[in-house]
Amino acid sequence: MTQYSKRFDGRKADELRPMEAMVGVIKRADGSAMFKIGKTVAFAAVYGPRALHPTYMRNPEKGILRCNYNMMAFAGSGDRVKPGPNRRSKEISLVTKKALASVLDLSEFPNTVIDVFIEFPQTDAGTRCAGITAAVMALADAGLIIKDMVSALSVGLVGDSVVVDLCKEEEDFEGGAVDIPVAITNKDSKITLLQLDGLIKKEQLFRALDLGKEAAKKIHEVQKKALLEKFTQNGI
Amino acid sequence: MGLMIEDKQFVIPGQRLAEGMDYLPANGTYREEDNIYSAQLGIVNVVGRLVKVISLSGRYIPKTGDTVIGKITNIGFNGWMVDINYAYESALSLKEATSDFIERGADLTKYFDFGEIIVANVINVTKSKAIDLSMKGPGLRKLKGGKLIEVTSSKVPRIIGKQGSMITLIKNATNCKIIIGQNGWVWILGDDLNDEMLAAAAILKIEQEAHTSGLTDKISAFLKENSK
Repeated sequence: MTQYSKRFDGRKADELRPMEAMVGVIKRADGSAMFKIGKTVAFAAVYGPRALHPTYMRNPEKGILRCNYNMMAFAGSGDRVKPGPNRRSKEISLVTKKALASVLDLSEFPNTVIDVFIEFPQTDAGTRCAGITAAVMALADAGLIIKDMVSALSVGLVGDSVVVDLCKEEEDFEGGAVDIPVAITNKDSKITLLQLDGLIKKEQLFRALDLGKEAAKKIHEVQKKALLEKFTQNGI
Repeated sequence: MGLMIEDKQFVIPGQRLAEGMDYLPANGTYREEDNIYSAQLGIVNVVGRLVKVISLSGRYIPKTGDTVIGKITNIGFNGWMVDINYAYESALSLKEATSDFIERGADLTKYFDFGEIIVANVINVTKSKAIDLSMKGPGLRKLKGGKLIEVTSSKVPRIIGKQGSMITLIKNATNCKIIIGQNGWVWILGDDLNDEMLAAAAILKIEQEAHTSGLTDKISAFLKENSK
């Protein structure tokens, strides 16, 4: 495999891109958050619990979660992103829902729906991870019962080196790259999302996940700071 | 062993609150093995051995005894359906609506018509989330005219203030009648549109700055400044 010793943006193998987070960015929503990592920007808005229509979709035991992932028309790398759902965004909406559903307790709200809208005004790489990281903050902001926070990031193989948080150049590395988005809970480092297509050795995968678990803690700190800042901003 | 946090501290979901069996998990928390963790974003409240987290954001969740402002959305044979800013509709039955004798098949719009605003009491919230309202009690009535604004329900106690100090301040300064529902809907009626606008602005200012201290003085200054 091709050698890849120095990263495109000069980061260390386990170093994340610069992050920024903010909670309560969309006033009309019941909960909202922004998460920015490198050049990827995700906005998440949560509405609900609210009555679910059509009624046949209702679950009388607990509320359901609906996620919608959407890249804005100008969000890509120059080409206009065609609006509306497509195969890719539907898949990502589904895995986002599954990554969040395992920490969210909706048994208090039978027959209702929680809607999570995740929008990207600007994308680089790792959008689904940034989306999940923003969405879990928005769900917490909406006052819902969440057992644990989730932090998502991509890990993977670029050339022959294991790195965390791949940027676009690394995803497209001509010497071959494997991109593995993972979502990791904070408390006991459990995995709620893991997608992988490509070839990677078992040891490399485990090494990548170990690095990912460490890096997820750093994302968690950013999330925590943003959530607590909501109550302390405007100066006390 | 013991508490990992201070009373009245802000916590996030998944944060460890207490270790060992000395404390008991209450609302907004859960126990896993020996530890108590937070399950909500909010402020910790320790009462004796109980540890709970009070949520400060999100939607209104009705409790028995709450006074709420609602909007009539539907009329049935047996009463009215009312929207109280919640995921589930609530019901106002004939019996709880009025002490008048109402004949079978009478026109119920005489009492409350579609879209009318009422102030009512939550008398029951069942497990299956059916909510019963009552209009029997002091101050519970239909609201005519005025203006309705929406605030975050968790900020309602701040808008009311200690023993109603904040709301009395606004009422006196603007000469408006104000009714605040626990569900975050606020009804304002003044002699003059400008008074209503000022009262609404003051209430929205409280909502925005609810977590800051010295708010009564700020609002008092704000009202004085803008009342000319």
